Amino acid sequence: MAPAPQLRQSPETSSTLHERAADNLRFIRETMERSAAFTGVPGRGGMAMGATALAAALLAARQPTVERWLMVWFAEAALACFVGTVALVRKAAATQVPLDAGPSRRFALGFAPPMLAGAALTALLYQHDLIEALPGAWLLLYGTAVVTGGAASVRIVPLMGAGFMALGLLALFSPAAWGDWYLAAGFGGLQMVFGFVIARRHGG
Amino acid sequence: MARSGAARKPARSLPPARLLAGVSGGRVEPAAELDRVIHERMRLGIVSALAVNQALSFKELKALLRASDGNLSVHARRLEEAGYVECRKSFEGRVPKTEYRLTPAGRRALERYLEHMEALISAVGKGKAEG
Repeated sequence: MAPAPQLRQSPETSSTLHERAADNLRFIRETMERSAAFTGVPGRGGMAMGATALAAALLAARQPTVERWLMVWFAEAALACFVGTVALVRKAAATQVPLDAGPSRRFALGFAPPMLAGAALTALLYQHDLIEALPGAWLLLYGTAVVTGGAASVRIVPLMGAGFMALGLLALFSPAAWGDWYLAAGFGGLQMVFGFVIARRHGG
Repeated sequence: MARSGAARKPARSLPPARLLAGVSGGRVEPAAELDRVIHERMRLGIVSALAVNQALSFKELKALLRASDGNLSVHARRLEEAGYVECRKSFEGRVPKTEYRLTPAGRRALERYLEHMEALISAVGKGKAEG
C-alpha cells in the first residue's frame, strides 16, 4: 500500500487541504455527469426503434379502417417508448451516470412538453376527423421534442430533431396517401440513420 | 509522479462506475504523490470528461468545459505529451476535426488522483479526530 500523504500542517492548513480535495472530487463528479449526459441518447436503441417503425409503417399501410391504422401506430409508439427507455437505462448503466443527474433531467423536461402536445393534438385531430394531418403533426412534434430535449446534447441530436421537423412540414403539405411513407422515412429511416451515427460516435 | 505510481500498481482500467464510486466516498487506498499534470483544473476537466466517453471532439470538449480554443489546445497538448490522451485529426468533408481519447495511462492517472484526494480527506479527518 502506498503511504498516506504527509499532513503536518496547522489545523487551518489541514482544513484548506481538506476543502480543496473535496472541491476537486466534486468537480470531477460534476464534469463526469455533465459529459456522460452529453451523449446519453442511445444509438443502437434508436436503430431498434427505427426498425420497429419500418415494420409498423408496412403494417399500417394495409389496414382497412382509420381505427385499426391508429391502433398500429399507437402500438408502435408504446413499443418504441419501451425500446427507447430500455436503451437509455442501459446506456446510463454502462457509463454509470444516474438518470436523475441534471442534464438528463433537462433532456426529459425539454422532451416531454412537445410529446404531451402531440398526444393532445392527436385526440383533437381524430375528433374532428382530420386524420390526414396526423403523420405531419407527429413528425413535427417529435422533431420539436428531440430538438428541445437535445439542445444540451451533442450536435447530432438536435440535428436529428430538425430532420424530423422538416419531414413533418413536408408531410403536412403533401397528399394524405403519402402519410405512411413519411412516417416510415422519419420514424424508420431517419431514426435508423441517426441511431447508427450516434452509436458509432458516442456508443449506446 | 504519475509514473512511479503506475509502477506500484497493476495496470488496470476501472469503469466510470468505479471512478464515480471513488468520488462519492468509496474506500480507496491513498496514493503517495500528487500528479501535477492532471491537478490543473482544465486538464482535470478534460480527463474527467474523457473518462466517461469513448471520444470527444475539440468542439464538444470546448462547450463542455466552457474553454477558449487556445486554453483548451494548450492543456490538451500537455496531456498528450504526458501520454494521458491521444489526439486524432481527420476531416469531415472539408472541415478538420480533432478528436480526443483517454489512454490507459490517463485512466490510471485519474484513478490515482482520485485515490490521492480521498486519502487527503480521510487523513485530515483522522488528524482532526486525534487532535
